[in-house]
Amino acid sequence: MVAGIFFYIFAIFLIASAIMVISARNPVYAVFFLILGFFNATGLFILLGAEFLAMILLMVYVGAVMVLFLFVVMMIDIDFKELSKGFLQYAPIGTLVGVILLAEIIMVVGGYVYDAETVRSAAVPIPDVNTVSNLEAFGLLLYGEYVFFIELAGLILLVALIGAVVLTLKTGSKALRQDIATQVARTPATAIEMVSVKSGQAFSTNDTIKMNKRD
Amino acid sequence: MQVELGHYLVLAGALFTIGIFGIFLNRKNVIIILMSVELILLAVNINFVAFSAYGNDMFGQIFALFILTVAAAEAAIGLAILVVFFRSKGSINVEDINSMKG
Repeated sequence: MVAGIFFYIFAIFLIASAIMVISARNPVYAVFFLILGFFNATGLFILLGAEFLAMILLMVYVGAVMVLFLFVVMMIDIDFKELSKGFLQYAPIGTLVGVILLAEIIMVVGGYVYDAETVRSAAVPIPDVNTVSNLEAFGLLLYGEYVFFIELAGLILLVALIGAVVLTLKTGSKALRQDIATQVARTPATAIEMVSVKSGQAFSTNDTIKMNKRD
Repeated sequence: MQVELGHYLVLAGALFTIGIFGIFLNRKNVIIILMSVELILLAVNINFVAFSAYGNDMFGQIFALFILTVAAAEAAIGLAILVVFFRSKGSINVEDINSMKG
């Protein structure tokens, strides 16, 4: 009963935040709604008894991947309004594909009959939670039977780590370096620029960016 | 209000569909497309964990962990490519990514 109520709470919030992710005009809001969605997915995982995965989802997704998304969204200077032009241009075909896909999935799920034989023939039966905790069962499997898989996963993460660094590292003339001679050679004449701000108007930050780029 | 396996499967199916719909809806914005891919992978993970819990098989959770690993790697590489692309073109519009004329 309580599990049912919590399931519906988490499910409704998850679906609602997923809809907000794809419909938010501002990508920063989209990232925050995705974080909310992951929190609710964590709740669902805990309801299913997968506590370790729930915590990993929080730490890896919310703590690392979503913060990475947030950094990138805030780092790149883009007019997102320009990007969201023609937002509804592809909505009809998208709705068509979505409705067909959802109908197919529900048809498959609805016609699904769960054979009791599959439960008995489980590859790795879940041990009783009172004797072996979820985390312990996970560890015994990962570092026992599936040790090569976790090494492979580590290799994938290593490739991702090196790949991300290699892709974004600036080398040679493009790298930002401190040029001490230029810094010392600055005079007040080159360093200061007088700007006349019109009364009642703020000084536009675009002007400062232009000045910095010129230097 | 007994929660059955079917409830989780329908939820994951709806989430998957929203992810696909998001790719159609935000065809220009690569960041939202990457987030839609994350939604799709989350739906797959929910499926795996639900089957693991109701089928009493631990391997579903192990596999979900590997999907999580691949998703994290994919997000890191995807965002790195995005940053490199933005540096060279000054835009992240998908329609600008046509210099290979493919």
